[in-house]
Amino acid sequence: MVTRYFGTAVKRTEDLRLTTGHGRYTDDVGTGPDGEHALEVAYLRSPHAHARILDIDVTDALDVEGVVAIYTHEDLEGAAGEPLPVLIPHPGLHAARTGYALAKDTVRHVGESIVMVVAENRYLAEDAVNRIRVDYEFLAPVVGIEASRAAASTVHDDVPDNVAAHLVQERGDARAAVAGAPHTLEYDLSIERSASMPLEGKAVHAKWDADDASLRVYSSTQASTSVRAAIAAKLGLALGKVEVIAPDVGGGFGVKIVHPWPEEITVPMAAMRLGRPVKWTEDRREHFISAAHERGQEHHVRVGFDDEGRILGLDVTFWHDNGAYTPYGIICPIVTSTQLLGPYKPANYRVEFSSVYTNTVIVTPYRGAGRPQGVFVMERTMDRIAQYLGRDRTQVRSANFILPDEFPYDQGLIFQDGRPLIYDSGNYPDQLTMLKEMIGWDEFPALQQQARASGRLLGIGLGCYVEGTGPGPYEGAHVNVQTDGSVEVAIGLTSQGQGHQTVFAQIVADELGVDFDKIRVVTGDTRRFGYAVGTFASRAAVMSGSAVALAARKTKAKALRVAADVLECNPDDLEIESGLISMKGNPSTSIPLGQVAVLSNPLRYAFDEAAKAATQFAKPADPDKPPVAEGEEPGLEGKDYYSPPRSTFASGMHAAIVEIDADTSEIAIRKYCVVHDCGNLINPMIVEGQVHGGVAQGVGGALYEVMAYDESGQLQNASFMDFLMPYVTEVPRLELGHQMTPSPLNPLGIKGAGEAGVIPVAATIASAVEDAVGLRIDAMPLNPSKLFELRATATALTTNQVREGLTP
Amino acid sequence: MSEQVRSTSRNGAEVATGTVPAGARSTVAVTVNGTHRSAEVESRRTLSDYLRHDLGLTGTHVGCEHGVCGACTVLLDGTPVRSCLVFAVTAAGHQVTTAEGLGQLDESGDPNSLSPVQRAFRDCHALQCGFCTPGFMTTITAGIAENPDPTRDEAVEMIAGNLCRCTGYQNIVDAVLRAAELAKDPAAPLTDRFTEHSDAAHSADQDADGAGA
Amino acid sequence: MKPAPFTWHGPRTVDEAVAVLAEVGHEGKVLAGGQSLIPVLAMRLAEPAHLVDINAVAGLDRIVVDATGVTIGALVRHASLERDDAAAAAQPLLRQALRLVAHPTIRNRGTTVGSLAHADPSGEMTSVLTLLGGTITARSARGERTIPATEFFVGPLESALAADELAVSAHFPAASAGTGSAFVEVARRHGDYALCGVGAVATVDPAGAVTGLRCGYLSVSETPLTVDLTDAWNSGDDAAAATAAAARAAVDPLPDIHATAEYRRQLAGVLTVRAAEQAVAQAVQRVGTMGRDNESGHNEEDRSA
Repeated sequence: MVTRYFGTAVKRTEDLRLTTGHGRYTDDVGTGPDGEHALEVAYLRSPHAHARILDIDVTDALDVEGVVAIYTHEDLEGAAGEPLPVLIPHPGLHAARTGYALAKDTVRHVGESIVMVVAENRYLAEDAVNRIRVDYEFLAPVVGIEASRAAASTVHDDVPDNVAAHLVQERGDARAAVAGAPHTLEYDLSIERSASMPLEGKAVHAKWDADDASLRVYSSTQASTSVRAAIAAKLGLALGKVEVIAPDVGGGFGVKIVHPWPEEITVPMAAMRLGRPVKWTEDRREHFISAAHERGQEHHVRVGFDDEGRILGLDVTFWHDNGAYTPYGIICPIVTSTQLLGPYKPANYRVEFSSVYTNTVIVTPYRGAGRPQGVFVMERTMDRIAQYLGRDRTQVRSANFILPDEFPYDQGLIFQDGRPLIYDSGNYPDQLTMLKEMIGWDEFPALQQQARASGRLLGIGLGCYVEGTGPGPYEGAHVNVQTDGSVEVAIGLTSQGQGHQTVFAQIVADELGVDFDKIRVVTGDTRRFGYAVGTFASRAAVMSGSAVALAARKTKAKALRVAADVLECNPDDLEIESGLISMKGNPSTSIPLGQVAVLSNPLRYAFDEAAKAATQFAKPADPDKPPVAEGEEPGLEGKDYYSPPRSTFASGMHAAIVEIDADTSEIAIRKYCVVHDCGNLINPMIVEGQVHGGVAQGVGGALYEVMAYDESGQLQNASFMDFLMPYVTEVPRLELGHQMTPSPLNPLGIKGAGEAGVIPVAATIASAVEDAVGLRIDAMPLNPSKLFELRATATALTTNQVREGLTP
Repeated sequence: MSEQVRSTSRNGAEVATGTVPAGARSTVAVTVNGTHRSAEVESRRTLSDYLRHDLGLTGTHVGCEHGVCGACTVLLDGTPVRSCLVFAVTAAGHQVTTAEGLGQLDESGDPNSLSPVQRAFRDCHALQCGFCTPGFMTTITAGIAENPDPTRDEAVEMIAGNLCRCTGYQNIVDAVLRAAELAKDPAAPLTDRFTEHSDAAHSADQDADGAGA
Repeated sequence: MKPAPFTWHGPRTVDEAVAVLAEVGHEGKVLAGGQSLIPVLAMRLAEPAHLVDINAVAGLDRIVVDATGVTIGALVRHASLERDDAAAAAQPLLRQALRLVAHPTIRNRGTTVGSLAHADPSGEMTSVLTLLGGTITARSARGERTIPATEFFVGPLESALAADELAVSAHFPAASAGTGSAFVEVARRHGDYALCGVGAVATVDPAGAVTGLRCGYLSVSETPLTVDLTDAWNSGDDAAAATAAAARAAVDPLPDIHATAEYRRQLAGVLTVRAAEQAVAQAVQRVGTMGRDNESGHNEEDRSA
């Protein structure tokens, strides 16, 4: 195999359409003067956090000209009216609760949909929504982990303690180890809510073909095959009568992996009933109050360690705010509880969490999915130990690292995929060496002293993580060589901007020996590939990449078999380059791949030049054998699935230098360095882009983004004016170093890269700010106002001070 | 219930005047990407919805509908504006440029036939999901027309009002500088100044039409 | 997020515009740049029955710079005023503040007079107009009147304009000899509404002594606040601390999700000193260059924006 594309910064195929206005997102379907315009949907959403619905009066709304239909829960038939599914049940999730596609009798968060209005356009639908009157009986809202734990009021009548799930995992005897350790520390750490917040919200477009009794649905989803199965089940259709397409998707970051969203049921339902295309395009306010959030957790930590800072026992208890329902189970807290361990090997570890209900938007994975919280806990712990012992922070980390010769390393826990938490490969000491050099760790104290002398507050910090990526159960791929030599590749997994059309074409180009520009990749279209899992958990490259490679290898094997038969040689004597199969060492004996595709199909209508040309190679058929040999299939194609035993573990370390304005407490990131190991790189340009974007989201989570609920459960900042996603002016220019420890688990030696960038940013910034101001940072995100308050009260609270002589 | 809006000529442009009752539609005519276009719309129709839904120019995207994200930015008489914060009827008679109008591939599908900004975005991997991209590209197109030789700080300032959730902006800043370079010299080679990768991908640069999704 | 229906009026002249306003009264809203109004309409926080779109009204897009100062019509976009060199020369505070109004794309469309009429106490230009002692001229079918800034801003998002009045222009007095100005602010993100902003105008005598220091504030009071800090600035050895303390005492901030009242108060003190230092430095520089540069920038100019 001549490797030409794998590992190179191939420019993206996608960009040619996306930069010229020819992307096709769900809301684009059927627009324009000649388009088949869909009816448009708006929902009446609960303005109250917790209330019983007493009466719904839609009379006035029906008077709005252009209103076509109005639906409430009463109109949902059969399975569509049942509670939405719990996608990922878990024995620890003892009180799973889900909502309905349209609220039945109680609403449990602001934004829960109650009434669906279908009208000629969205303007008119909103006019009608405003005319609907709902009588509510107000119930006490439960907002925040503290209120939920107190359980003076409940979110669900039949869950009196508000606890949805409770889980304990332990390796060794952590509590005994803490009790017996030479040194112990105990403290609380917390992280507030943020959200994925893709620039394109959710969207669903459904079209019912009455003649064929079939449904075509476009959805801005991360999992089209699963949406398809959900729609079929909820609307009582055979799977074969439903097709779901994830067209261009304007970002996902986790929120679009949830399925079915209520709208993925009600929009197709309306299209079937009304016999016209129907679409719903989520607006920004809806996205804030009715999609999903993540990150809100409070942690209590007890740690025991020796004089070197080695952790002898770590005992973590935490509370996860899962919002009003648990459709996605408890993936996030499970990830926190396991990935908290990072690159370290504490001798004994116990983790216990409770996932609790509140009257707020549901919580489902957002890029990182519980890891930023876990890393925050572990890295804050490392810094605490270092400060307690008066040792360098990197020294304490080194004392706890899993070493390169200890892989595979079994952490002795069960991971999110239900498999043992076994790290496959990595080299953490080398990573730290790289990082220290890039950021100038050893030189920094002098710089800091110098700055301080002129009144400037500089600080340095770091954060390390290990990320389980590419969980199963499987992904598949189909590679089909056309008679003109071009190659069609289909995967079921979707794309939200990761460049799948490009990177999977790179893999096929190398595996099959064809030129990159001859390959077209289709993603997330159930018409082309029916079985898939979805794009989440940094799994696309690992899972679909491996499947694509396996499918391409199958295709190549067949191509060589057919060609060997024609050229009367052994397949091992043949090679493929640039779409031409030739004898090794004798390139004059050759046959183009397209002609092999023709020959692979005994039905050889000469539709095109390739078919005509191929006939010269066709041998007379043996009258005693079937035209398609036993064990063979017509056509030059290959399909295969990749199903790994368990996740592969990527890792990385970030370091930052920050400067705090002594007067305004503004926090500026002066330098930001990343060392990153995702195994072999398919396309370094795309991997780096993923890291850049992740870090930017991490900066948002560290310094800007919160979901500010008031005590009545109203989200006070449900707009881009007040939910502060970073602009270019808030994001540092980062320096990036690659380390490559290939995964032994998959054919390409790759690990996932999608989420990595975001994971350790809050921990890193907290570490750096703490170093700059000499005050303990126990909660993120941090903003100048909070830091000002912290500094203003620091003199009174000397326990907050982490270093002598640094009073602000 | 359709109401005809009077049009008056000012500086050669047909601008809308008169009265359109609530709920009524009127003909709104705009020159989009050099082509005269019109549609019957309510006066509350935003320019972004008019472009996307009535004219089918879906290259303009809508990310927040309250003027913060910048995805819907178009050029109105050459100046970047949020098309979600302009009513179509107000734009009547004016010139609008959208992402589609920045450049289209020639018949051979040569990526170099695109505009400097479009080329720069691809060169520098300045887009991922592509949703915010049209707003950045229109903004930068006007920006480098006004300031053909921006410094890195000026490039940052140029795009400071647009949100991107994918890229972390670093490559978009590079793309501003690369676009300025291409605007001056369409044959300027892509150097490490803009990306750490010395275009190992040039061999793979003939990808035809991006078909697939 | 779509606006509720409204009757749209597209007048061609100011007379037509005020005639419509007289007719629709409180049911009507004026649409100029729309950068604050349209988001409010999209969220249906306001549902006016009539919208008077003045974008096609002739003659409202002029910037007039003369010896008295800078007068701008109701359709002058922030960006046009920001780019106007004569306006910047006559009153440097305009450009100093305008570059902090939202983002450039918003400034391309938003109008300065419109944002004054919006009367947002976190708007930069409301603060500037008040600090400079400018005026707003309003027209209605009843006639025309000129309203001083101090009387114009009545409350948060509330101006002295009557329902039938159209703000047709605003006047910013020219910087007088020996003055300097500055505008600084702290926002959560670049381009956001400021947590606190301070504009300063300093006057120095030919010897460089500060004879006047006035500061205008945004986001720390219900209406634009102007404070005379001359005495504090001249109070001796620890004048900076005294000035900051005076500023902190003068403001009356409220907490919100982005900042506590105490933090905003702290910013008022810090930013006052920063703005004052810059303004004084500029004043000293202008005094120094006056002899060489005789009465520049005060010739009458009249250009369409």
